[in-house]
Amino acid sequence: MSGTWITTRAWLLMLPLLIVMVAVIGWPLADTVHLSFTDAKLVGTSGSYVGFDNYVRLLSGNAFGRTLFTTTFFAVVVVTTEMLLGVLAALLLNQQFHGRTLLRALLILPWALPTVVNATLWRLIYNPEYGALNAALTQLGILSDYRSWLGEPGTALTALIVADCWKNFPLVALIALAALQAVPRDVVAASYVDGANAFSRFRFVTLPYLAGPLLVALVLRTIEAFKVFDIIWVMTRGGPANSTRTMSILVYQEAFSFQRAGSGASLALIVTLIITVLAVAYGTIVKKLAGSAA
Amino acid sequence: MNRFFGRTLLSATLLTAPLSLPAFAETQINALFMAQAAYSEADVRAMTEAFTKANPDIKVNLEFVPYEGLHDKTVLAQGAGNAYDVVLFDVIWPAEFAANNVLVDVSSKITDEMKAGVLPGAWTTVKYDEKFYGMPWILDTKYLFYNKEILEKAGIANPPKTWEELAADAKIIKDKGILASPIAWSWAQAEAAICDYTTLVSAFGGDFLKDGKPAFQSGGGLDALKYMVDSYTSGITNPNSKEFLEEDVRKVFENGDAAFALNWTYMYNMANDPKDSKVAGKIGVVPAPGVAGKSEASAVNGSMGLGITTASKHQDEAWKYIVFMTSQATQNAYAKLSLPIWASSYEDPAVTEGQEELIAAAKTGLAVMYPRPTTPKYQEISVALQQAIQEALLGQSSPEDALKTAAENSGL
Repeated sequence: MSGTWITTRAWLLMLPLLIVMVAVIGWPLADTVHLSFTDAKLVGTSGSYVGFDNYVRLLSGNAFGRTLFTTTFFAVVVVTTEMLLGVLAALLLNQQFHGRTLLRALLILPWALPTVVNATLWRLIYNPEYGALNAALTQLGILSDYRSWLGEPGTALTALIVADCWKNFPLVALIALAALQAVPRDVVAASYVDGANAFSRFRFVTLPYLAGPLLVALVLRTIEAFKVFDIIWVMTRGGPANSTRTMSILVYQEAFSFQRAGSGASLALIVTLIITVLAVAYGTIVKKLAGSAA
Repeated sequence: MNRFFGRTLLSATLLTAPLSLPAFAETQINALFMAQAAYSEADVRAMTEAFTKANPDIKVNLEFVPYEGLHDKTVLAQGAGNAYDVVLFDVIWPAEFAANNVLVDVSSKITDEMKAGVLPGAWTTVKYDEKFYGMPWILDTKYLFYNKEILEKAGIANPPKTWEELAADAKIIKDKGILASPIAWSWAQAEAAICDYTTLVSAFGGDFLKDGKPAFQSGGGLDALKYMVDSYTSGITNPNSKEFLEEDVRKVFENGDAAFALNWTYMYNMANDPKDSKVAGKIGVVPAPGVAGKSEASAVNGSMGLGITTASKHQDEAWKYIVFMTSQATQNAYAKLSLPIWASSYEDPAVTEGQEELIAAAKTGLAVMYPRPTTPKYQEISVALQQAIQEALLGQSSPEDALKTAAENSGL
């Protein structure tokens, strides 16, 4: 009796939120699924049913495979670098030294910048005619001539990765720093007494406390990196010769530039599916880890 | 007593407040412009201010976006139901906008006086299928700008008349060590690259489409891309051109780092302004060159028009605004960054004074303006060609293969 009432009450209390979520997430998602099976245009015709035509055309086209590879490469490199940099920065900022508070405050700065501002800033740094990077490298004698960083397929993606890492590693660092506060001092002190070196202290004492929060950061960053759009749109618009075109840019082009809302929706759903698989996979890992810890 | 009066006064104010509102009622229209090339944002704001002064009952809200965002913003706002009333549109969009019912057909609003006064070439900007979708506003093409000082230093007496001469002149400048890479273009993966390519296609006598099918992969279209690749690989073209938009070209030219540059009208007076430019007073401008036996000069139709969206609830006010913005008086008053659409303006000393060279180049250039393909699928052709141009420049594929692929991907 009381059990059912608790269940009923819980559902009743959640009802308003559920309604809002269905309205702002569920309905647009359902509409996107519907659109993806039509040849609808962005403006004008609502389109007619075309079955799996959109999916077949997109998956068999040569743009999809290449773009998926570019996106995956971007996501893997960006997330790995950010995790490493973030943890290292957090370990450093967890030490006792003068000016630590100032540095901790400065750490947030890149992450707090709007992405468009960050992208414009890096575009200026990479400018082939008067950019700071070219000036620094030639004055140091590393480079003999100014280079077109964003104009060469070989360097454009790397240049974008650097810009994205600079902006987003602070998020990982912040999460790691917060987790480091939770490492009990007595355990650390005990490891000193036992004669553990710096690496062993990190591997066997600190890392277990970091693992959970870092997984959260990993999930968040992977999903964000996989759907990256704005930084690339501002810096290269997918060029040169499509070498920096990611999935989101392909979706934008299909749905908005070409006004093919139908196949744009199909492409967006494919991206959503990939991200969902990643999220579920991470979720399972987190659960397993939590289970083994308990 | 006091409190009573106070309350009465308060309620009286509250009661009459809604009543007095209609007296301030004004129609608000939203207009979308670009912040890039042609009229500057300051010019558009000043023109609009003059309009609202003459029409105090209409308030115009202005919004500026980069050219690269103009098309998508127009379409998205329309799709999202908060459309603009007045939009600036490029010469390449009327076909698509007409097919998707984005712009209002204003054929009936265009007077005989307008028809007679505006240059025939300007009308092609807003016309599709014999219907008018707005008024031409920016009459523009790409000219060949050159740095007189550098040409003099290199011993070149006259600016080139053919693309071949241009390459030869650039090589002289390069070989004499005056500049490492004398020519600047806007070849970023964007519409800007298509404008430069179109200029060359017109010079080489090429065609984009024949009977609705791609025809750029052979003849003049292929020659144009080959010319670009040769110019790039031989080192006479600034290699950074492949990430340049028009503004980058302007900065390089104004810095004295380019002997030749292809750009729109607006660069002439901007680069001649000693405040921002190191080459003020040393600038020459001629029509883009031709090809021996094929053309005397070349030009891309880069004009833009002002139109009313089908979603606008204030179409009369919007049209009034467009008429004001495109009027001869307004255009003559702001003829430094963009030239008027009106034929007789080119004889008006107020317009020509101080920019005689530009006007002379315009007379030739505007007359041979070549259109980019007129089709509702323009965006797809453009994106496919942008990719082809970049792949060919980067040596990822030959000009032949790149254009063949573009033809297959063009959606036609």
